[in-house]
Amino acid sequence: MMASRTVQHNWNLDLCTYFLNSSLQLLWTHREDFQRIPELAINPLGDRIINAFFSEGEDQVNFRGFMRTLAHFRPIEDNEKSKDQNGPEPLNSRSNKLHFAFRLYDLDKDDKISRDELLQVLRMMVGVNISDEQLGSIADRTIQEADQDGDCAISFAEFVKVLEKVDVEQKMSIRFLH
Amino acid sequence: MFSSGYTFSFSSEPRNHQRKMGTTTLFSRDSSFASQGVVIGQCLSQGHSEEWATIRIEKGVKKPQPQMLKIPAANGIIERDETPMEKEIAGLHRMEFRFSDIFYFCRKGFEAIVEDEVTQRFSSEELVSWNLLTRTNVNFHYVSLRLTVVWVIGVMVRYCFLLPLRFTLAAIGITSMIVGTTVVGQLPNGSLKNYLSEVVHLTCSRILVRALSGTIHYHNKENKPQKGGICVANHTSPIDAIILTNDGCYAMVGQVHGGLMGVIQRATVKACPHVWFERSEIKDRHLVTKRLREHVADKNKLPILIFPEGTCINNTSVMMFKKGSFEIGGTIYPVAIKYDPQFGDAFWNSSKYNIVSYLLRIMTSWAIVCHVWYMPPMVRKEGEDAVQFANRVRSAIARQGGLTELPWDGGLKRAKVKDSFKEEQQKNYSKMLVRNGSQGNLPAGTESD
Repeated sequence: MMASRTVQHNWNLDLCTYFLNSSLQLLWTHREDFQRIPELAINPLGDRIINAFFSEGEDQVNFRGFMRTLAHFRPIEDNEKSKDQNGPEPLNSRSNKLHFAFRLYDLDKDDKISRDELLQVLRMMVGVNISDEQLGSIADRTIQEADQDGDCAISFAEFVKVLEKVDVEQKMSIRFLH
Repeated sequence: MFSSGYTFSFSSEPRNHQRKMGTTTLFSRDSSFASQGVVIGQCLSQGHSEEWATIRIEKGVKKPQPQMLKIPAANGIIERDETPMEKEIAGLHRMEFRFSDIFYFCRKGFEAIVEDEVTQRFSSEELVSWNLLTRTNVNFHYVSLRLTVVWVIGVMVRYCFLLPLRFTLAAIGITSMIVGTTVVGQLPNGSLKNYLSEVVHLTCSRILVRALSGTIHYHNKENKPQKGGICVANHTSPIDAIILTNDGCYAMVGQVHGGLMGVIQRATVKACPHVWFERSEIKDRHLVTKRLREHVADKNKLPILIFPEGTCINNTSVMMFKKGSFEIGGTIYPVAIKYDPQFGDAFWNSSKYNIVSYLLRIMTSWAIVCHVWYMPPMVRKEGEDAVQFANRVRSAIARQGGLTELPWDGGLKRAKVKDSFKEEQQKNYSKMLVRNGSQGNLPAGTESD
């Protein structure tokens, strides 16, 4: 894949609206195109990341959808915090970034991370290097620590609570150089 | 809507030459995206080019660019955080899983999607300012009548005047090479034959370089490869060999071809001991190494010319060197070749163009201007294995030529990346989760480091 050089100086959802009105809405990309990026192919969570671009049952993503997903990684700028309190929350807010990460774990999209889902994601990340029992106990302990309402699954609220001290903005942003 | 903060940015960072971040699409060159990549440029620049250019300039004036103390290794468009996985995830304390671990992989994945270091090397570099060749103008849009007229004149000059001249010259060069080497090949082996063969090779090489309007600047000629050595260079196009033989005689290494190339190969091998392999022999690595070793051992034989990358890369970076050439032994003479893209693009994109259309493009460019740096010889150190040695040579070449270094295999042009890289990442991550006996209620020694 060639690098995306459609570099915007300011991420902005207006951008997507603009493109929607142009012939770019005719352009599509498929999963195989993503898998051709070597650095993504060797990423243990490469498949989950690719999945994030495609909606349910869809096999292709258009430019607008692509931008929507990428917009989660826009850095949070200070002057925007007070900008638009009444409008919809921007895609790159802390809450939406966390939601994006939550969706990476939540395989069946039921808004809960169950033990099985966590186990599967862990398995993707560690490969064959850790045994099932060990992985199981890691998953159990993690859920135990985070679970507050005792349903042996992590809801989004519990997820946010666990990560309240983490600098999400710094870890989940991509800055463009100029 | 358009002026609401959106700019289509073009940034250039000076290196050996200017590079422009144009607008290309993310999506595969085979999909309709690539062909419609031009549409992006057109959509946004029709009628708005002055506007966005003004906005861009204004932004630049108002906000002085922060001084970058360290120029990034690659001319990247995003800020890359090179913190290794261990430091970022493990931090100070722990050996257990956290939900935030996923952020590292996530960000790395997205960085790869936005800017992929590897596949951009398999297509031609983009230029800052147009050099009147449509092939190097990815985002064509009509600017002015005057420029179009100039371009048309350029096309006429190149196709009607330069091309026939060059073609004739090339024909003369190839014919004289075949005839000359066949004649010299009849002579008995001896110093006269070697001398004459050198003369023939050099002369014909020079004719061929003139046929491409090549201007070559050689640097550090005192380091020129000596007999019995191995010359390695980065590979951009098939004419690399001609560029180098313009200044000295080498023993070529390669596969036997059919057609015109085969005729040339058969003729030249009579005069000078080139090493041509049959297709079947290439598969046998030991045979290849053995033959090359024999050649190198004979100090009277010309230095071998090898391109360890194995495939053509677009001259902005040096990719992984295959270790086979470095196992032969002997002295390695590294050579860095850098083409000036302003006059013509020498890169052969073999998936896009076949050899004939490639040669046609070369012959209708303005010129081939390149710099060749001969570097001091290198030998394998004690305790260094072939791979480390190859990397050392590669770094030296990249530094000299002003190219970036990538540890990726040039073979990724056609093949998929090996799973072992992914497994290595997984292994590294597992190490952070589990250490001997540190997992509370787990039996010790279940997982080794």
